[in-house]
Amino acid sequence: MDELVSLVNWSRGQFALTAMYHWIFVPITLGLTIMIAIMLTRYYKTGNEEWKTMTKFWMKLFIINFVVGVATGIILEFEFGTNWSNYSWFVGDIFGAPLAIEGILAFFMEATFLAVMIFGWDRVSKKFHLVSTWLVAIGSNLSALWILIANAWMQYPAGTVFNPATARNEMINFWDVALSPVAVNKFLHATTSSYIVAALFVISVSSWYLLKKRNLFMAKKSMLIAAIFGLISSIMVIFTGDGSAYQVAQKQPMKLAAMEGLYQGKSQAGLVAIGILNPKKDITNDEKPYYFKIEIPYLLSFLSNRDINSFVPGIEDLIYGNEEHNILSAEEKMARGHIAIQTLQEYQKAKKANDTATLAEISKKFDPNTKEGEQFVNNYFKYFGYGYLNDPIELVPNVALTFYSFHIMVSLGFLFILLFIIILIYVWRDTIEKKKFLLYLGLWSILFGFIASQMGWIVAEVGRQPWIIQDLMPTVAAVTHLSVSTVQTTFVLFAIIFTTLLIAELRIMFNQIRKGPDNFKK
Amino acid sequence: MIKKFINLYIEGFRNIGNTGKQLVGILFFKILIFFVIMKLLFFPNVLNKNYKTDEERADHVIEQLTTKIK
Repeated sequence: MDELVSLVNWSRGQFALTAMYHWIFVPITLGLTIMIAIMLTRYYKTGNEEWKTMTKFWMKLFIINFVVGVATGIILEFEFGTNWSNYSWFVGDIFGAPLAIEGILAFFMEATFLAVMIFGWDRVSKKFHLVSTWLVAIGSNLSALWILIANAWMQYPAGTVFNPATARNEMINFWDVALSPVAVNKFLHATTSSYIVAALFVISVSSWYLLKKRNLFMAKKSMLIAAIFGLISSIMVIFTGDGSAYQVAQKQPMKLAAMEGLYQGKSQAGLVAIGILNPKKDITNDEKPYYFKIEIPYLLSFLSNRDINSFVPGIEDLIYGNEEHNILSAEEKMARGHIAIQTLQEYQKAKKANDTATLAEISKKFDPNTKEGEQFVNNYFKYFGYGYLNDPIELVPNVALTFYSFHIMVSLGFLFILLFIIILIYVWRDTIEKKKFLLYLGLWSILFGFIASQMGWIVAEVGRQPWIIQDLMPTVAAVTHLSVSTVQTTFVLFAIIFTTLLIAELRIMFNQIRKGPDNFKK
Repeated sequence: MIKKFINLYIEGFRNIGNTGKQLVGILFFKILIFFVIMKLLFFPNVLNKNYKTDEERADHVIEQLTTKIK
């Protein structure tokens, strides 16, 4: 068992490392393309060469980021096939379809028009160049859509049925998968928050130029575009974040309880604005959950259920159950999960014995279109993954990591709004270059942008542990039984390769920023 | 049209400058490392490698899923 835990942890660590490195490059790509398209549109409309120079400069930084970042995500797909083969098979079609669409449609759209965007200056018409640039922006965002749909299905497996003969989940309704409320919110929240990171990137580089008193026109105009783009995105993030939190409350209540450090559920629950958790607290003791906290009254109940008086379950309610609020205990869910696994086992035995009567009987249980199947799916198969757990405590994610990541992300999000507004005011008054402190803040803001963005993924992924597919498959059942040393080797290999790539990007990027846009004026 | 598009690529790559060359170098290095070394040596698709048919793969996964993990 220790070996298995170690294997799961190393495999998770490796996946997290790869995903986190990949996500350094993605937000800048998603947002910068749109800002570049806006700048190029300004050039197209005004014919002002300064806008052309500016667009070329940001395009160059975009290309550096794109080239270094491209294909880092493909490693995640390799890892599915090698480290998570049970999961990969179990989820099959659901992941295959969105990723195939991503590969065929979005990637080719992006790649085709990227060439026109990069090489098309003075070689194609201005209009076609502009359209191509917008299509690159749309294409890169569409690429993100499909992978986020796949991720959303892992958080909320909708639109599928389980086929016991193949041990795979099969898509019965593409739109239920693609347009599930979790998928829609996830896509909107991930992309709009990425736009903020990209806006901070532009602000950071522009701040450096203003501090150096170089390229003032470009720096100020870029800051203006980035601050407006960042502010609009921030407002969208408030709504999409609210939508995401609502979906978490409805579909992943344990994650919400961890995000808030809520051990005992309550009605009229307040949202913790600031708090320090008691590290000694866990579900097995009666320690106080917080050393200190400031709550906004009623807000958690309202955000969770759109009702200030509603009940929000805590970790203890979800583990021990709560009859008053119709929450099953973890023990009960585990028992039902066992029955679902046993049923699959009986199916397999019948298949080997060629016992067609039993096969037909069990098949009905997995078919939600029959009355018997609907009952079995809703009462037993729904808890399939719980059958792999040995102790209800395994259902509690890392509360401290989830709680602090969530609160740091939200706090930084609000600080970014303030930063965008202040920058807008001073750019508008044309006094921004005199505000040294603000420029230093702008310069370093990109680091905080990355921190907030990564924290968001930590909340989403750590907060839903132990699940790889919510309620259906825990990581322990999904992992391939490789040797721990193999996974450790690839972990180190990745750490070296990705760090090298990051250093390469930073060196080329810094070099290009130092050179500035002057060499594009010819 | 296709010829124009190909020319766009050829002309573009001819004039990419030093930074562009560095980036193309990184791109090829990365593709070599990811798709040739990593994929072939470290990241085989376990089920495709060990089992010939989908039925065998399904049986293996069901076996894994129905053997209780303790």
